[in-house]
Amino acid sequence: MQDVNYRPKIVAFCCNWCSYAGADLAGSSRLAYPADVKIIRVPCSCRVNPLFILRAFQRGADGVIMAGCHPGDCHYTSGNYFARRRMTLLFSMLDYLGIERERTRVEWISAAEGAKFSKTMNEFAATIAALGENKRLEDLRCKK
Amino acid sequence: MQEMMKKRAIELLANGTCDRVLGWTNGDFAYDQTPALFRTEQELEEGFVYNGFSAANLSKYLVKECRAGGKILVFLKPCDTYSFNQLVAEHRIKREMIYVIGVACDGKADVEKLKEQGIDGITAIKEEGDTYVVSTIYGDKTVKKEDVLAERCVNCKSRKHMVYDELIGEAGDVIADCGRFDMVEKLEAMTPDERYEFWRGVLSRCIRCNACRNVCPACTCEQCIFDNPKSGVAQKAAANSFEENMFHIIRAFHVAGRCTDCGECSRVCPENIPLHLLNRKFIKDVNTFYGTYQAGEDPAAKPPLGRYEKNDIEPGEAGGVKA
Ligand code: SF4
Ligand code: SF4
Ligand code: SF4
Repeated sequence: MQDVNYRPKIVAFCCNWCSYAGADLAGSSRLAYPADVKIIRVPCSCRVNPLFILRAFQRGADGVIMAGCHPGDCHYTSGNYFARRRMTLLFSMLDYLGIERERTRVEWISAAEGAKFSKTMNEFAATIAALGENKRLEDLRCKK
Repeated sequence: MQEMMKKRAIELLANGTCDRVLGWTNGDFAYDQTPALFRTEQELEEGFVYNGFSAANLSKYLVKECRAGGKILVFLKPCDTYSFNQLVAEHRIKREMIYVIGVACDGKADVEKLKEQGIDGITAIKEEGDTYVVSTIYGDKTVKKEDVLAERCVNCKSRKHMVYDELIGEAGDVIADCGRFDMVEKLEAMTPDERYEFWRGVLSRCIRCNACRNVCPACTCEQCIFDNPKSGVAQKAAANSFEENMFHIIRAFHVAGRCTDCGECSRVCPENIPLHLLNRKFIKDVNTFYGTYQAGEDPAAKPPLGRYEKNDIEPGEAGGVKA
């Protein structure tokens, strides 16, 4: 039975130049996104080590999303292209291990896309809420 | 074969081509051979062995030897030459310091499979055509090679050496239809729940001995992440399922695009965890998404995670596996 008070915990890695600015724009345009989404600012989506994703799950996240500049728009020219390959392989591996792949997601959000940021986060939060608590990649020692 | 190799090593020591030889020697038992360094003719005469139990991939040991200087002779089976190339590509070993003798191989014996056949008290093994003659304290036994081949040799991807200075024995070919992805495909065809059960079943056996990492020629980091006490997974029995998952996902990821599928990790695992099924998943995915690539084939090739295409597949589309 799902706890009626259950709120999903979501970690969003947002690149400094596009998606974090996109989140800012969402905020200043008063577009709501769920408070369950905790943003971690990274210099570039390429900074996101696969270990960060697993670590987030270990520390209790139910879903992890990585947001970066659109392919072709990376502040550092090519960071997001490399990140894309890494995440493609990582997500495929998680799926192969039977871990719900809906819990991980990549989205390209520019600094001008406040609305896309808000929409993406709302959708993702709803997906995770429907899936419920992360059980397959959880670390009980980190849970209360 | 063993005598030819020994003879050649002695010659090359004598004429100064090398000052030491990396090969195999018997451990406590004839079937637990260990890599060894030979510096003199006498040491070679006394200790050098090569037979159906000479399974270890010697290429990783060259990392240390290259630092020590001098010129090293190494014997490499076909699968080991991929690892050798990869180590050269990653600047972990110096090609010019090493003299490579490629040795022909048609598979190594798995001692567990021999034991299953009721063969115990093994003292020696000899290859004769497509059989092994195994000497035991109870007398000689003959078994068909194909019945006792090590797992990785059953799906051997290549009998061809990717690199060598000279060859002993007959050169073979790359085996395109080796079936090494069959089991990966079987797993992909399962439901996520079945896959989860399968992996929990095998990974929960892990005792975190780190043997898979220590033997892996792609794992040559000076400071491995798993030795960092702050990593939370540093060299101890995994406290729970998360640690097992994390160790295996991250290690497999670190060697993605670099793993030569040499099979050493699965071979040394004391718990018989099929680690090759993780590595082969990455190899298969790389082949599917980014074009056929096998690490170690060509030391000049750019690794798949070190390059990109503008129109690469998106992570969300790369399922490949149906829910
Ligand atoms: S060799 Fe096997 S038991 Fe040891 S750490 Fe690796 S997977 Fe675990
Ligand atoms: S991961 Fe296993 S198969 Fe791949 S290079 Fe390392 S030891 Fe060999
Ligand atoms: S597991 Fe990763 S960090 Fe450790 S040796 Fe292998 S590649 Fe290096």
